[in-house]
Amino acid sequence: MDAMTFDLGAERLRDVNRTLHRLKNGRARLKNPNGKHSVAAGLRSPLSVVVNGHCGYYAAGMNQLADVIIEGNAGVGVAENMMSGSVRVHGNASQSAGATAHGGLLVITGDAAARCGISMKGADIVVGGSIGHMSAFMAQAGRLVVRGDAGEALGDSIYEARLYVRGKVASLGADCIAKDMLAEHHTELRDLLDRAGFPDDDTADYTRYGSARQLYHFNAGNEY
Amino acid sequence: MCGIVGLHLRDPDLYPRLGELLTGMLCEMEERGADSAGVAVYGDPVWSPPGHATVTVLDAKIDKIAGIADATVIELGTTTVINAPVPVETLVNAIRSEYPDALIAGFGADVTVLKGVGHPRVLAESFQLPQAQGWQGVGHTRMATESAVTSSGAHPYAVGPDQCLVHNGSFANHATIRRHLVAQGVVFDSDNDTEVGARYVAQQLADGRDVESALKSLCAEFDGFYTLLVSNRDSFAVVRDAIACKPAVIAETDAWVAMASEYRALVGLPGIENARIFEPEPERIYAWTR
Repeated sequence: MDAMTFDLGAERLRDVNRTLHRLKNGRARLKNPNGKHSVAAGLRSPLSVVVNGHCGYYAAGMNQLADVIIEGNAGVGVAENMMSGSVRVHGNASQSAGATAHGGLLVITGDAAARCGISMKGADIVVGGSIGHMSAFMAQAGRLVVRGDAGEALGDSIYEARLYVRGKVASLGADCIAKDMLAEHHTELRDLLDRAGFPDDDTADYTRYGSARQLYHFNAGNEY
Repeated sequence: MCGIVGLHLRDPDLYPRLGELLTGMLCEMEERGADSAGVAVYGDPVWSPPGHATVTVLDAKIDKIAGIADATVIELGTTTVINAPVPVETLVNAIRSEYPDALIAGFGADVTVLKGVGHPRVLAESFQLPQAQGWQGVGHTRMATESAVTSSGAHPYAVGPDQCLVHNGSFANHATIRRHLVAQGVVFDSDNDTEVGARYVAQQLADGRDVESALKSLCAEFDGFYTLLVSNRDSFAVVRDAIACKPAVIAETDAWVAMASEYRALVGLPGIENARIFEPEPERIYAWTR
C-alpha cells in the first residue's frame, strides 16, 4: 500500500495528527515539518510514519506501537514519554530526548544534547554520536547506549537504568559508577546495537555505568 | 519564555533583504512571547546613513533637536529614530539635554534599535521592518517573567555605542550586580534583569575588553538561566549558561550566520537546506566578526 502523504506546509498539523490518530495501521509520509512542534505526537497504532525534514519540540511524543522515522533533526523532547514502538532520528536531537519514556526504542544517529534519557522509565535509547550533560538524570529503568562521548554528570541520582558508553565520560553524577561488563550485559548490548543498526560495533569497547545504590535510603551520616 | 533571533549576513547581495528575512524570523517566534518585541538593525541606509549618528527614543514626541540643524527625525510607531551628520556623543547629549525624560533605546554610528510593547507582528509592521536593509539584525519577542511589561523592559538592550544584547531566561543575582554597577556610577533605565547584563557587558567593553572575554566574565559573575545574543557593529556572539535549558540553534552558510531560539525561525532563510545546523554548547562563546 502506498503511504498517505501529508504536506505540513499546507495542512494544519493538528488536523494531520488527528487523521493519524484515527488510522489503525498503514503508512504515512509527512513532508515539510519545518520545525513545527508535536509532529506525529500521540500515535497509538502500529503505523509506519516517515517525516521528511527537521522537527520542533516533542516529535513523536507519547508514542505507542507506531514506528516513526524522522529524516532530519529533532527539537526538544523527541519521543518524550514514549510507551512502545520506535522512533528513529536520522540526524541530531536537542535536549531531553526520550525523557520519561517507559518503553520502545529511540535511535538517534547523530548527537543528542543535554538531558538525554532524563527520568527514563524503561525505554531503550541508542545514540550514534555523543550526548550532552545531565543525561540519564534520575533514570529509573531501561538502557541508554552511547557510541560517542557523554557530557558532565552522567547518570546523576540514577536508579536501575543501565548505561553503556563507548567513548569518554566527562564526569559521573552523584551515585553513578562504572560497573563490570558481564556476559548478560554483552548480550543485551549486542541486541540493542543490532536493533539500532550498528551491527559492527564491538561490545568490548563499551563501559557499563549504573547506580551505586547509595542514595536509595536516607543515611543520617551523609555529610558533604 | 522569550524568543531570540539574529542574522549576520556575509553575502552583500543579501543586505537589501535583511529586514524581510528578520521579520519572518521574528514573527515565527511570536508564540514564545507576544507582550513586547524589538529589533536592532545594523547598516540601514535610511535609519543609519553612513557618516551619521543614530539615536532611537521611545514614547516621546520629538520634532527637532536644538543646535543640530541637519537632524532627520523618523517616527516608527512609538519609536522615534533621529540621525544627524554629527559625532554619536554630540547627538546623544543634545537629545538628553533637550528631552531629559526621553528613554534612549539605542545609539551608534550603524545601529538602529526599535522596540516597544505590543504584538511582534504589529510592531514589525509599525517599524516598517520588512523594508529595512543592512548587514546584521537582531530581534526579540518577550514574555515578561521578572519585571513589568513596559517599553523600557522590552529587548534589545542597547546601552553602549552600536552594542545590543537580547536574552532568553532570567538572571538570579541581577540585583546584587546592579548594586555593584550603581556604586560605580552606572545609570539604569529599568528594573529589568537583562539590562544589568547589558550594562555589565558595556562596561567590560568600555574597559577595553573584547566581546569574548566580556562574556566569559559574565558567565563567571551571573547566576541564572540565559541564552544571550550579543552584537556590535562588527561582531555577533552567542552564549548559554552552564545548565543550558534555554534553547538555541545556530545555522551557518557561506552567505550568513543565523541564530534563533528554535529551528522553525530559520526555515525561511535562503539556503537553509544546506546550512550547518547545531546547538551551542553551554558556557562556550560563539563569535563571528565582519
